[in-house]
Amino acid sequence: MADARSIGRIAVKGVGKLYQRPKQPPVQVLDNCSFEIEPAKLTVLMGASGCGKSTLAYMIAGYLSPDKGSMTIDDISIVGPGPDRIMVFQETALWPWMTVIENVIFGPRALGSMSDAEARSKANALLTKFGLIEFRDKYPGQLSGGMKRRAELAQALINSPKIMILDEPFRGLDVMTRELMQEYYVGLFEETRLTTLFITAELEEAIFLADRLLIMGGSPSRIVKAIEVDLPHPRTWEVLTSERYLEIKEEIMRLLYQDQEAELLAQ
Amino acid sequence: MWQGMFSVFVLFGLWQAAGALRVGGIGDIPTPVDVARALVDATQTSRYWSSWAISGERVAIGFLAGTLIGVPVALALGMNRTLRGIVFPVMETLRPVPPLAWVPLSILFWPTLELSIIFVIFLGAFFSVALNVLGGVDAVDPSLLRAARSMGARPRHIFWMIVLPATIPAIVTGMALGMGLTWEIVIAAEMIAGKAGLGYLAWEGFVNGSLVSILVAMVSIGIGGFLSCGLIWVLGQRATPWQRKS
Repeated sequence: MADARSIGRIAVKGVGKLYQRPKQPPVQVLDNCSFEIEPAKLTVLMGASGCGKSTLAYMIAGYLSPDKGSMTIDDISIVGPGPDRIMVFQETALWPWMTVIENVIFGPRALGSMSDAEARSKANALLTKFGLIEFRDKYPGQLSGGMKRRAELAQALINSPKIMILDEPFRGLDVMTRELMQEYYVGLFEETRLTTLFITAELEEAIFLADRLLIMGGSPSRIVKAIEVDLPHPRTWEVLTSERYLEIKEEIMRLLYQDQEAELLAQ
Repeated sequence: MWQGMFSVFVLFGLWQAAGALRVGGIGDIPTPVDVARALVDATQTSRYWSSWAISGERVAIGFLAGTLIGVPVALALGMNRTLRGIVFPVMETLRPVPPLAWVPLSILFWPTLELSIIFVIFLGAFFSVALNVLGGVDAVDPSLLRAARSMGARPRHIFWMIVLPATIPAIVTGMALGMGLTWEIVIAAEMIAGKAGLGYLAWEGFVNGSLVSILVAMVSIGIGGFLSCGLIWVLGQRATPWQRKS
């Protein structure tokens, strides 16, 4: 992961996406959506639910292709999924019939990218780091929500991706676990500095985690604002009471509020 | 646990009492004590055990054939839409015909009586297993498949490491249901066409007007069904350790 700082620049230019479902009017989810995700930064994409955040994430991951515009990683067009990007989904992606360690080494096994022994020793190191080593031979059903999420992070990181895409990964966790996971995640990110796109609908989570915050809005959606979050590192919960945090929060609230007002007026 | 033991005990108690009090109808059949005694006597005879062996062998062969063919066929249909489009309508056309309705044709078609009985058992097990497994493949959570693809898994890995393990619970359920059905079929087939076996034993009791023999055969058949289904569930639990409560 040493060279992660220099790679993983994502450029999205003028992207549009139209959803056509049978027997329903087509929905233009995204239009003229442009932004950049800088390497070794934690970029948070924020927007109301249903605004097309996940659609963007799926396109970057390569599961969907845009109707219009271009998407590149390090100047190479995205044409499909690849092991350089790893996506952590909203719902748990651990396979119930595999133990924790089997789940973690699934990727390298499927790709054949490393020997079994190598994969296991890497997995052991990651699980130790995530405090899961004693649970290595347990099944996911025997873990708590927070432990599952940590196991998924280990599962994602073992492939040494260039880019991590996290689609509301902490949704559905209780507040306590969620806050612990955020703090935990910030620590992990600062250690690895892996180019990350983190998607959330929660404002506090967005500001707390982000180096750079992209706000989605409008209908069809696009990026309405990019904010550099210059809160000090390493982030701890104290930043939530700092003046700068409140300023940023206010600015975003105003933006979101305007957007809603415009929508109401348009009706 | 104690509730179950209590109610079973009451059932046998009432049955015994009905016999002792000579209640009409139910009081005319042998009491549980009579049946137990006759059962113990029967276990002293080689004919009783050979009936077990004959029925057991038919069940085992028909059931194993149904499972060994049903599971792969259902997995293949679940994985391949084209194949499913071709084969599934044929299966659905044949399935509504109850296995026992096949008995006369089966006897004409197969060279030996033994094969014809096994074939009918096979049919019952096959459809039960295949339909459950197919339903199991369809029910695999798409997010688990997507996660595997996102980690670079190829179709071969997806089948062996995701679809197959995800389907094991459905395979076990299909096998347990199939096993139950198999016993029903073997008994009926033996009554219709058999010359030996537990079903034949019950039928022979009927022909000879021996109620106690009928009941001995019925109890034996019940034990056979209970043990074989229990075996499937135990093996099924072994095969799905992740479903065990921690």
